[in-house]
Amino acid sequence: MGLVGWTWALDGWIVVAATLCAMSCALLGSFLVLRGTSLLGDAISHAVLPGLAIAFWATGSRSGTGMLLAAVGAAIVTVFLIEALRRSAGVDRGASMGVVFTGMFAVGMIMIVQVADHVDLDPNCVLYGSIELTPLDQWSIGGWLIPKAVVTLGLTFLLNSSFVWLFYKELLLTTFDGDLADSMGFSSRFMHYGLMSLVAVTAVGSFESVGSILVVAMMVVPPAAALMMTDRLHALLWWSMGLAALSAVTGHASAIVVPSWFGQGSTLTSGMMAVSAGGLLLVCGLFGARRGLVTRWWRQRSFAAQVAADDVLGYLFRLEERAGGVGTTSAQGKVGSNPTVADVGLLSANLSQPLKHCQRIVAQLVQRGEIESHRDGYQLTEAGRHRAQLLVRSHRLWELYLVEQAQFEIDRIHDKAEAWEHVTDESMRQSLDQATSQTDLDPHGSQIPPEVSPPRT
Amino acid sequence: MALESIGSTAVDSPEWTESLLRLLTLADYNSRIVVLGTMLLGCAAGVVGSFTLLRKRALVGDAISHAMLPGLGLAFLLATLAGGDGKFLPTLFAGAATSGLIGALTILVLRSTWRLSEDAAFGIVLSVFFGAGVALLGVIQSLEAGHAAGLEGFIYGKTASLSWGDLLAIAAAAVVALLACMIWFKELTLLCFDSAYAETQGYSTWWLDGLHMSLVVIITITGMQAVGLILVIALLVIPAAAARFWTNRLQPQVVISAGIGMAGCFCGSITSALFPDLPAGAVMILACVLLFLFSLLFGMEHGQVWRGIRRWQWQQALLRQHLLRAIYERAEAKSESQNGSIPASVEVSELLAARSWTRARLERLIERAQREGEVTVIGTQVSLSKSGLIQAQRLTHQHRLWELYLITYADVALQQVDRLADDIEHVLEPAVIHELERLLQGRTDAVPKSPHQLPESI
Repeated sequence: MGLVGWTWALDGWIVVAATLCAMSCALLGSFLVLRGTSLLGDAISHAVLPGLAIAFWATGSRSGTGMLLAAVGAAIVTVFLIEALRRSAGVDRGASMGVVFTGMFAVGMIMIVQVADHVDLDPNCVLYGSIELTPLDQWSIGGWLIPKAVVTLGLTFLLNSSFVWLFYKELLLTTFDGDLADSMGFSSRFMHYGLMSLVAVTAVGSFESVGSILVVAMMVVPPAAALMMTDRLHALLWWSMGLAALSAVTGHASAIVVPSWFGQGSTLTSGMMAVSAGGLLLVCGLFGARRGLVTRWWRQRSFAAQVAADDVLGYLFRLEERAGGVGTTSAQGKVGSNPTVADVGLLSANLSQPLKHCQRIVAQLVQRGEIESHRDGYQLTEAGRHRAQLLVRSHRLWELYLVEQAQFEIDRIHDKAEAWEHVTDESMRQSLDQATSQTDLDPHGSQIPPEVSPPRT
Repeated sequence: MALESIGSTAVDSPEWTESLLRLLTLADYNSRIVVLGTMLLGCAAGVVGSFTLLRKRALVGDAISHAMLPGLGLAFLLATLAGGDGKFLPTLFAGAATSGLIGALTILVLRSTWRLSEDAAFGIVLSVFFGAGVALLGVIQSLEAGHAAGLEGFIYGKTASLSWGDLLAIAAAAVVALLACMIWFKELTLLCFDSAYAETQGYSTWWLDGLHMSLVVIITITGMQAVGLILVIALLVIPAAAARFWTNRLQPQVVISAGIGMAGCFCGSITSALFPDLPAGAVMILACVLLFLFSLLFGMEHGQVWRGIRRWQWQQALLRQHLLRAIYERAEAKSESQNGSIPASVEVSELLAARSWTRARLERLIERAQREGEVTVIGTQVSLSKSGLIQAQRLTHQHRLWELYLITYADVALQQVDRLADDIEHVLEPAVIHELERLLQGRTDAVPKSPHQLPESI
């Protein structure tokens, strides 16, 4: 099932237009999602109606820049009304959006009936263009025939990205901490209205060429997917633009391909673009670097494995300590009574882990060269001893610290130290060492092993 | 054109009043059904909408109603493929309801699993589901041209022609929703105000959210089919938001919200019956919006007019207090220069230096204070009346106590204390004043001397 019927002259331009629109929307949408006004695109798509009616009443025509300007005007009025209701009357943000956009829509409907009784001024036809038709309406620019929509959407994208580039710092501050921004002299209100006006322009400009569903989807879904990938604003913007572009491309392709599986012709591209954005969101929700479910599960699993391996190494290290002296390889000759060697059964019993689990951990450790197999069990290698020594050092430093600095009872310190030893790095150990008294013994009387540098390989 | 069409209806007044009368008495079978159906819907949506608003999910109706489109298309497609009538209403109902519920569930999952914000979850469900529905309808239309036409009508509604069956469906939905809200009122209240506490009390927020979302689905599906998607969204949001201006308590909020929903639908449907040219749904939304605006202005609890009046009164009180203190301090300064004999009055022009007020403004202020019986004016001389003197003494006392406090305890420079005390003197409570007196050498009744120089008259 290939892309039968894909022609570059048509489909190429459709994808370009959709990609530009998707990226413009996703760029601004990232800020909308972070500010909790994700549904603004949807609200504007309904609220522009009175603008259209007024423009029609004034110009008597159904097309042209008059319509566009009036729609932008109505969208900006919407944005201001929503904000005014929220700020000065204390209406909940969602409710103020709902009141304003349904109200504006109703006013628009009534005006249209009055103004255009006999003319077809269905908002679905006037403003909401169909993306499939974009390649047909072309402008000649420098000898090149370029679809009108591509030019206007390209300009919109340029406008949006330069706004974000110029005011990046201000947007960052006002989005995350409006009060701090105000106290530092950036007007959070000014940035808010600037951003919202741009959203209005972008939304209206895009409705005309690609339809409203694409705008609403691209303002929310790619930014939400990007949130699964990263927590940093800069990366978030790039991710959300990239994902938006990707969903535009895959959306158009699947609009051609998917219906053909059922023996049908192609379906509406903008709908499929929204669906494929949803699919990408699902993928990111599962495998996203930051919040992906699978990623989170994998992270937990590998941490659990690291903790189990640490426990095995720590146990073997303590065996060696008890046998007196580190690395008593001289005991190798004796059969059956080597005190620094433990078999899986012994490990399983002492670490209270199931036998099977222990076998798997031991196999991994052998593979990594941190323990080696002997006739009657396993023993630390040089590398394993090094890791184990640091681990035990962390453990005992924590115990010392808890007793000396946090006034813990001596019988309560082991569990805490056991938990924290796995996440303590060298700088932390240094701080612990400095915070505790100059002693080589932990509260239980065991020797605190010295810091060692990694073994040379 | 607009004026003409309204004018032509209004000219023949006898017929017009007669039809209004017929409408108001619900004489017509058709208008009776429309009025009753929309009012029931308005009532139920107002009640459910109150909970959605308080759960900070005002736009959930928007998301869920859009999420019904793919289920609708799929139900139509499956029924047609199975050889049945694709537009058989119960099938479409079931399909739309299922996909609405899946949408609601998706919102809850997006919230809990990925910690996405409420509005982002709404936006995702709205656009992705609606996109899928649009794509599906595209396929259906290419499948059987003509046959599927009007399927969107299910979503966009047909208010003017509600049938008996529609009325029954709305009535059933309204009864179910109202009963559910009554039975689980306590649980829903807990969910809206403190879901974490509800969780600790052993209520599953999943279950309660699910219940709440199901109610929204029920309202949305019956309403959408009957009166259209936008009107349902409006009915879920506007009455509840309007009721917030009247009360801070939940029970009255729910009742008022239901009342506003009913009133809006009643006025809207009557008006649209009088002017058949107007789109009925839009008129009903507009009626609700007007009620919202009325509540915004005149609501008992948060109405903007009352708030404005209260603020204005407070400002006037502040200004008068400033005047009284200025007169007192001026008189006090004069009495010092005249060795203790307190002059009864001060010149109006002497007060000009006390604050940055213009002469006209000062005179207006004096006039108002005179009406309140706080000062008496003889020619250009102003003097404090008995009650004015008591007030002025109290204010000056508070002002200077605070100044002394700032100097003694807060290490504020002498030049700044007057300004700071100016802000605080109006809101000092007796307990605070008592504490200040105790701190500052036990001054009890007498007005302390000003710690700084008072402005001279010009």
